[in-house]
Amino acid sequence: MTTHDPVRFIAKNMRVDLRLIAGMIAPGTRVLDIGSGDGSLIEHLFRTKGCDARGIEIDMVEVIRSVAYGLPVMHGDADTDLSHYPDGAFDYVVLSRTLQAVEQPRAVLRQMLRIGARAVVSFPNFGHWQLRLQLLTRGRMPMTPTWDRMWYETPNIHPCTIHDFFDLCAIEGYVVERWLAADDAGRRAPWRRFPRLANLFGEQGLFLLRRK
Amino acid sequence: MNQPDTLATIAHQTVTFADGLALECGVSLRQLDVAYRTYGTLNAARSNAVLVCHALTGDQYVAETHPITGKEGWWEMVVGPGRPVDTDRFFVICANVLGGCMGSTGPRSQRDGDGTSEPGPWGTDFPPVTMRDMVRAQKRLIEHLGITRLFAVLGGSMGGMQALEWAALYPDAVFAALPIACAAYHSAQNIAFHEVGRQAIFADPDWQGGRYWQSGTVPARGLAVARMCAHITYLSEQALTRKFGRRLQNAPKDPSEAITLFGDMFEVESYLHHQGSTFVRRFDANSYLTITRAMDYFDLASDHKGDLANAFRGTRTRFLLVSFTSDWLFPTAESRAVARALNRAGANVSFVEIPSDKGHDAFLLDEPDFHRTLAGFLAGCAEHAGLEV
Repeated sequence: MTTHDPVRFIAKNMRVDLRLIAGMIAPGTRVLDIGSGDGSLIEHLFRTKGCDARGIEIDMVEVIRSVAYGLPVMHGDADTDLSHYPDGAFDYVVLSRTLQAVEQPRAVLRQMLRIGARAVVSFPNFGHWQLRLQLLTRGRMPMTPTWDRMWYETPNIHPCTIHDFFDLCAIEGYVVERWLAADDAGRRAPWRRFPRLANLFGEQGLFLLRRK
Repeated sequence: MNQPDTLATIAHQTVTFADGLALECGVSLRQLDVAYRTYGTLNAARSNAVLVCHALTGDQYVAETHPITGKEGWWEMVVGPGRPVDTDRFFVICANVLGGCMGSTGPRSQRDGDGTSEPGPWGTDFPPVTMRDMVRAQKRLIEHLGITRLFAVLGGSMGGMQALEWAALYPDAVFAALPIACAAYHSAQNIAFHEVGRQAIFADPDWQGGRYWQSGTVPARGLAVARMCAHITYLSEQALTRKFGRRLQNAPKDPSEAITLFGDMFEVESYLHHQGSTFVRRFDANSYLTITRAMDYFDLASDHKGDLANAFRGTRTRFLLVSFTSDWLFPTAESRAVARALNRAGANVSFVEIPSDKGHDAFLLDEPDFHRTLAGFLAGCAEHAGLEV
């Protein structure tokens, strides 16, 4: 990957997505945001909920921007840097639209639920009907506003569906405390109570997990 | 080489602690002098104090004209009105380190009169001091100024080592710590470069076993070579190439004269000679030996059962670590190791690597990203500390 291709998955409307995540986080808690980007979530959590919110970000330009804005962010990589935190260091560990871009999603999730009591994970849903239809009719890797990079240059190396993610949580023994599907602008979708429909119509999945 | 002792002619602002200081090596100094400068105003709550720690060859003249060289302060880009460390907002303190030669107790100081030794300067009999001793001396100054908690401690290179030591030794007295372009220990490579410098000083006949004051000379040649060697480590290959390349100082008219063994041939040689010769006017050779040794001894992890995280467990200090891409003296990996140890200790840590081709010296130079980072971090900390503007 070249330097001008940051690993983070860029949503069209980050604010709404982050507001949904923030809605899952209790006030006054300790939060680590992995892939904190420009730091909007940690700033939001500090200002509106009084959280001790910190960030890890892989893109140095974003790290410098965040720290120069007064936010506690360190340069680091989800795949390699989580192992340096002690068990239970945080109440929540957030991974927003980054799971599909890490080298070892399963190991990253394990680390998140080791260092945090709860994990908040969002990811773009590869089970969305448009992707299925494109693959079926064109026989090529789908291209949508959400999945907008060619297969040979996409940072999203581990796509999964909402079903796949439920399965992984079952295998790993994680309790899904809350979950919802949303459209790409982060608005809650009406079919969120039905996994089968969410997997077909939801553009992203958002999960609140804890250890059993 | 007959070099006049320029250091002797200056009076520094100094506080004397008559009860002295017990050093880590077991020796007790009977009297402790700490020379310092302050900038800005201490607020009524005494909560806006910022301690700047200087590097190996720095001194307390951070943000004002240097009394010997006449040049501007070594960190005027960082410290001053409207600067990242804003003296309109913060009360900034900088002390000459213990073992230094700009007014604090060091090898140039008169030996303690305990009757067993001859009168005169300590010279090379000055006890080996450590980073921790230096920080303890600074703590005495801070207490003398009526300050119980520093808003921030910052410094680059050896100054960064002191910032780390401050945070480890007095966690409740440091709200924010900013170790810049440094490491939690001095590497074998760094010790090796220091040893070359020390050997250059020892090899100068004017050094006279460290008793050069007796003949009124200074080991200028040896100290200059030490400085030249060290100076190379402060720059990057790119910076040297950009500044000097292979340019010749005095291009010979006749090509047959081109090859000579002596004299300033390449511009980079002339630059280093200049660095060496100006340095010896403002620095003492025995201080150089003392302080380089203190850096070499530094290994914060080994002082804490081999795990750096132990130095910071339970800390409430907010940290900012800064490294520079082209710094090969204190590479980013060493700052990252400190950041990870702070993670293990559960500390609040920010960590940035600033892109720069200027090498280790980048922390002293015009690096807008670095300066924005410092200003923003301090502003964020001020908000968390509830510090009024």
